[in-house]
Amino acid sequence: MHSKQRRRFLRGSGALAAGLLGVGAHGAPLQRTLGLPVSGYGQRAHFESSQRWLTPARYLSSTASWSPLGDQLGIITPSALHYERHHAGVPDIDPTAHRLLLHGLVQRPLEFSLEDLRRFPVTERICFLECSGNSYREWLGPGGVDVQQTHGLTSCSAWSGVLLRDLLAECGVMPEAQWLVAEGSDAARLTRSLPLAKALDDTLIAYGQNGEALRPEQGYPLRLLVPGYEGSISVKWLSRLKLASEPVYSREETSKYTDLMPDGRARVFTLAMDAKSVITSPSPGQATLERGFQEVRGLAWSGRGRVTRVEVSVDGGQHWQDATLHGPVLPVCHTRFTLPWHFNGEPAMLASRCTDETGYVQPSRDALVAARGVNSFYHYNAIQQWRVDRDGSVHNV
Amino acid sequence: MCERVWLLVAMFAVTTAHAEGLGLGHTPNAETLRAADSAIGPRGEELPPGRGSVAEGAQLYAQQCAACHGATGREGPDPVLVGGQGSLASDKPVQTIGSFWPYATTVFDYIRRAMPFTAPGSLRDEQVYALTAFLLAANGVVPQDTVLDRARLAAVRMPNRDGFMPDPRPRAP
Repeated sequence: MHSKQRRRFLRGSGALAAGLLGVGAHGAPLQRTLGLPVSGYGQRAHFESSQRWLTPARYLSSTASWSPLGDQLGIITPSALHYERHHAGVPDIDPTAHRLLLHGLVQRPLEFSLEDLRRFPVTERICFLECSGNSYREWLGPGGVDVQQTHGLTSCSAWSGVLLRDLLAECGVMPEAQWLVAEGSDAARLTRSLPLAKALDDTLIAYGQNGEALRPEQGYPLRLLVPGYEGSISVKWLSRLKLASEPVYSREETSKYTDLMPDGRARVFTLAMDAKSVITSPSPGQATLERGFQEVRGLAWSGRGRVTRVEVSVDGGQHWQDATLHGPVLPVCHTRFTLPWHFNGEPAMLASRCTDETGYVQPSRDALVAARGVNSFYHYNAIQQWRVDRDGSVHNV
Repeated sequence: MCERVWLLVAMFAVTTAHAEGLGLGHTPNAETLRAADSAIGPRGEELPPGRGSVAEGAQLYAQQCAACHGATGREGPDPVLVGGQGSLASDKPVQTIGSFWPYATTVFDYIRRAMPFTAPGSLRDEQVYALTAFLLAANGVVPQDTVLDRARLAAVRMPNRDGFMPDPRPRAP
């Protein structure tokens, strides 16, 4: 045992013994004044200050906030720290007045109140949501300052709601229907088209997040939740679903959220989020590393199923070691990985590479750029490297 | 005879589907359905009546849009709307309505639902036709003397209409 660790252990046992004897300890002083009373809705400790990072914007139009992945513990993102991307601000919606309309190529158009939706059989799903613009800066080379700014447009929640196919069964889908056009009731009435097959598979109408009602910025009182697809198709503040024979080709699926290739053509309806991973600790922006034991920790996820393997390299990809995956390992869900490491003061290049259950392996930056060039903006999922310098500082290079 | 059999089959299908459902939800009234159905698809079937000219659009653009999109739609700072044709395969692609957007109906739909940014839904349909006409003319897609209406707009073919391809993943990177 390292001498410093041993000292810490001895001090710990001393404090425990002192506590049992009712004597003040060295480390954590005993409280001698009455604490705060119980409260109706809890707050985190006032010493904790982890925050979403807000994209600087001239107008509300580019509003995005990024989850503090470097601070995050476990796989669930607290609702208050879930990333945001809005196109016209967060509306204030009275749930008693809100309705969801299903119409178009259906036998019976139907309108549902929130109360109606809560009567349907409930479905629970823990899954990540990732904006397809996550890591967009990295297309042009290492650009993000820290892991929050490179990868913070992914978050993971436990969602509660209704399977969309249950609603569609009430309406009766006509055979010509191939797409659903989803519309939100924000000021931009954001509109996206969803393939019917995905709607009938595992798409949710979510009204709950992490055990309570959705947060306003996550679509209160209702949102579409399309597991594994790019975040913007999980339309928030959902008010309308129209069954149609073709997509509506809205601005958000033509002008935006299409991926420009080097030959000048663009990929359209690139909906699935490919497998991706990132080391969240050590990572840039965190305290300078002390020499000695350092656990490499990170998150991996895939829109196409479970993460089956994460490898970590400390030498810039020359050698890879299998990291430990920590359960639960769920499909389309953030998955925790760790690898023990000793920082001995030598420069290191940390990287992680994940594989999902389809056999897909997260690509290198060179491979991704060779296939797609650097102007496609969306869907950057390459291996991310952090450089550790002799002084223990960590950099995105 | 044949038609009657099909009718019976269809009626049976409807009854069965209903019987399998939970009976939740309410039938919307006709006005709700009419008002809601406003998203404009590429065929333009949902386009409203009305018309607007390039000249009217130029005036409206100067009043309502230029502050964010630039005096001619090329300056920004918010999304550049005009120009960029022939730039998509270059190192500095400029994705505008004229160089990139596959359908003109999307221009009408987006202006009507989301613009101007701080007052979405405040423009009358005639004004939206006029602005759409102005932006298409500024991009050289329609002549300067165009008066746009439902039929004219639905018939516009955008320069980059064939510039899109389906997602090749996961077969290709």
